[in-house]
Amino acid sequence: MQVESFLEQSARSVPGKTALVCGERRLTYGELDQSANRLAQSLIAAGVHRGDRVAVYLENSVEAVVSIFAILKAGAVFLVINPTTKPDKLCYILHNCRAKGLITDTRRETASGDALAGVASLLAIWLAGGIGKHVAAAGKRLVDLDAVLNDAGLPAQALPKRCIDIDLAALIYTSGSTGRPKGVMLTHLNIVAAATSITTYLENRTEDIILSVLPLSFDYGLYQVLMAFKFGGTVVLERSFTYPYKAIDLLIREKVTGFPIVPTMAAVLLQMDSASVQCPSLRYITNTAAALPTEHIRRLRDLFPSAELYSMYGLTECKRVSYLPPEQLDIRPTSIGRGMPNEEVYIVDDEGNRLPPQAVGELVVRGANVMKGYWELPEETEKMLKPGPLPGEKVLHTGDLFRSDEEGYLYFVGRKDDIIKTRGEKVSPREVEDVLHAIPEVAEAAVIGVPDAVLGQAIRAVISLREGTQLRENDVLRYCAARLEDFMVPKSVVFVSSLPKTGSGKVSKREIAASVGETV
Amino acid sequence: MPLNEELRQFVTDNFLYGKSSAGLADHDSFLDKGIIDSTGVLELVAFLEQRYGILMQDHDLLPENLDSIDNLARFVGSKLSRN
Repeated sequence: MQVESFLEQSARSVPGKTALVCGERRLTYGELDQSANRLAQSLIAAGVHRGDRVAVYLENSVEAVVSIFAILKAGAVFLVINPTTKPDKLCYILHNCRAKGLITDTRRETASGDALAGVASLLAIWLAGGIGKHVAAAGKRLVDLDAVLNDAGLPAQALPKRCIDIDLAALIYTSGSTGRPKGVMLTHLNIVAAATSITTYLENRTEDIILSVLPLSFDYGLYQVLMAFKFGGTVVLERSFTYPYKAIDLLIREKVTGFPIVPTMAAVLLQMDSASVQCPSLRYITNTAAALPTEHIRRLRDLFPSAELYSMYGLTECKRVSYLPPEQLDIRPTSIGRGMPNEEVYIVDDEGNRLPPQAVGELVVRGANVMKGYWELPEETEKMLKPGPLPGEKVLHTGDLFRSDEEGYLYFVGRKDDIIKTRGEKVSPREVEDVLHAIPEVAEAAVIGVPDAVLGQAIRAVISLREGTQLRENDVLRYCAARLEDFMVPKSVVFVSSLPKTGSGKVSKREIAASVGETV
Repeated sequence: MPLNEELRQFVTDNFLYGKSSAGLADHDSFLDKGIIDSTGVLELVAFLEQRYGILMQDHDLLPENLDSIDNLARFVGSKLSRN
């Protein structure tokens, strides 16, 4: 089975059912499928072939959802780029995967115009929001996306299949410890396997209505749409959780049954008065990215008494690892559960030997959901994917330290590297440090995560300045905000005379955390 | 300081890190411009409560009230006139 079949099958079985609600717009499965077919034709006509990469650089929108399925229908590989990504990084990613197409809007194209001209692989740019007098990046062909979706004489019937299920379907770029993003390669089979497992344990049904405020560039957000289309449900897609009452209003008005959150959203929701939050239709809430504090679990249940709460854990490299059945929440509130259906998880020591309960070791994941590797990074791939029990099989070494209890429930202990998790997103300190080091006044910089009640971890920059130079906190933050995605911009800056070093002369993150790592 | 300017000052200091807000029109959406997130909204709420003595209700946390300098000024103005 291929991922685009999620949409195609629902379009055949329930063509008139509302598939997607986005702002004022409501689209049926039939309408979405036809729009996606038209865009697929347009992609093929522009020269996109089987296996080519096409990027979607849009906010959560009807156009973004249609684009994902259109790219798959064209036999190509989609990647969704965070809409707050700045031009330099956008171009790095487009170069890295040699993208043939880019689907974006006029505002973003204008902001990155000159840089896009340098991406040689790019054949054409599809623009939402009307072309008008818009001038494309030099040498790039422009296609009016709205015109394509709304007809333009393109046939809307299904296209012949170009792929098989072990072909790539998606690249998802994640923060890498080297400071450069890495593209996680996922096949159709990987995605179908993960979506099947997750919808099985969530007991999803066609009546489910999912509210997603998570960006489609985040696999957790992407899967809300993929999974809902698979089981023929409805997705209410919001741009963000910026104005929290908007989400509450939608929960109530659209009679939402499933609400995926991250701990940062829980912290904001819990500041709400329970009288204004009456959502009796809500069947479940899922949480991932980091564990919820026990107190937040209790208060979330008070706020949403009809909803079951699923604690989950995962990483982009295999989508999801584990979930805690809601009835276990009172018994083991700090556990992130067990492996999901059709997946095996176990804990190993440094030599790869399986460990008994209570011993701390690295978590290993085995299943059809495990990625094919990082795009054109064989060495990094080898560190994560190691030989499994069957000939040729690869299992995922997560880099996360866990222990399990006697009944096999997992408990997160820590990470083997210094990746920071903030607002549910992974941030490589190195990527932020690279930006800080480019500030002329900065002699040395280190980035650490500090505990934060809302963000989980907040990013803190610790900086020593060159002699005789001056810099204020706002100067640093402004510099970062112009170059990094929103969630990577530090929340605070601490200036020190010099950074502490280890015996071998490396900057000691441990000592930095001990001296300036407390919450402010 | 007039209300609009005071609100602009807060947005400049806290969301633009002191960068000139010359490119930000009074009617520009903070969301569209990518200068606010949900933690930014919490900072904004705390500022409005402290500076103007407004008690914010949950249902006030909507873009219609908070997502541009114009919307903010209208919202703060109407809250103050009700007190």
